[in-house]
Amino acid sequence: MLNVGKIEEGFVLDHIKAGMSLTIYHQLGLDKLDCTVAMIKNAKSNKMGLKDILKVECDIDTLDMSILAFIDRNVTVNVIKDGVIVEKRDPELPKKIVNILKCHNPRCITSIEQGISHVFVLTDDNSTYRCKYCEEKYGKMNQMK
Amino acid sequence: MRHLMSPLDFSVEELEQLFQLAMKIESHPEQYAHRCDGKILATCFYEPSTRTRLSFESAMLRLGGKVLGFSDAGSSSASKGESVSDTIRVISSYADICAMRHPKEGAPMVAAEHSLIPVINAGDGGHQHPTQTLTDLLTIRSLRGALEGFTIGLCGDLKFGRTVHSLIRALCRYQGIRFVLISPEELRIPGYLRTQLENGGFPYEEVIKLEDVIGQLDILYMTRVQRERFFNEEDYVRLKDFYVLTEEKLRMAKEDMLVLHPLPRVNEIAVEVDQDERAKYFVQARYGVYVRMALILTLLGLAE
Repeated sequence: MLNVGKIEEGFVLDHIKAGMSLTIYHQLGLDKLDCTVAMIKNAKSNKMGLKDILKVECDIDTLDMSILAFIDRNVTVNVIKDGVIVEKRDPELPKKIVNILKCHNPRCITSIEQGISHVFVLTDDNSTYRCKYCEEKYGKMNQMK
Repeated sequence: MRHLMSPLDFSVEELEQLFQLAMKIESHPEQYAHRCDGKILATCFYEPSTRTRLSFESAMLRLGGKVLGFSDAGSSSASKGESVSDTIRVISSYADICAMRHPKEGAPMVAAEHSLIPVINAGDGGHQHPTQTLTDLLTIRSLRGALEGFTIGLCGDLKFGRTVHSLIRALCRYQGIRFVLISPEELRIPGYLRTQLENGGFPYEEVIKLEDVIGQLDILYMTRVQRERFFNEEDYVRLKDFYVLTEEKLRMAKEDMLVLHPLPRVNEIAVEVDQDERAKYFVQARYGVYVRMALILTLLGLAE
């Protein structure tokens, strides 16, 4: 079995749905970091069968983590200091998602307006996202950019 | 600076103030005839709409202001590929307030984000048409005396009909309203509106035949099946004459029921119905001017 060592300072994203770690890696901008990042795919999990894990050796507060819960609500965030978990964070759904999802409604102004941001807003039911401009629901028709 | 994108942008209290102002304008138009002297309304209409555009222009002219604008995308810089955000930044230097209609949903909101002057959504695709909703609310309020305690039947294209969507959302903020949604299966209200009615605990029913429910209604809101909302001509032809309101059907209705329609009407209300006292759609068009006058004054900060 493959072993990836502990990290001293940074954070661990655990219980990522198997196969989603690369999406999270890109959406959190981990590809732009200089620090050590370990991506573990298809690790065995009693709870999930298979899961992905991301270990990142950088200060969590330097990253915008707001998109995390949107990609995978079940991810657990463990903040590590001096090799031990000092905090567990429960990611919350962001109120607004900017330029990550694309509105595919052909009748939406975002389909023709140059330079416009694609903005999806969390609605009152706290689970549905709608395009800020045309109010089209995020779903099958809209995908990540 | 305030804009109007959706009828929900104004609170119920703010709407009440707007309606009271509209009623004052109706009673004493001479007191408002010069309220907008020196002001200019830009009507930026990227798709044809004679009625709404003329209603806005009439409203501004009756307030003493002037109007400029374009009435289809072909005669505007949009045909050269100019973005909405660029257009409104330029228009902001030419006018004091802008009414925008655009075939793309959300276009007026993009304009509002970049504008230095108030922007009024005069209809954006199949999305919102807030000034029609304000017109509808003012008409109901004036003719019934209050915006509560009635059964309203909405008939026709409830899927693509933006006036219907806006009106339902606006009426959901008032008390004691029951909705009867009359449409063919293919043109039922979108799921999100049904969810809103269910979550809000509003009594509603969905039916196909107008005759089955017309006797229960205090207000019948007829709509046209719009060709431009269909991608498929065959579907349009099949559904366009699904409902026709005739005198015969009106005999089953209450004596004091109001028949409303956002106009233009095509076949869905027989011409003979125009003579019926319950037909209020032309009165409704008049209220449209009063409510737009009140809106222009409010957004320009000239209401007092």
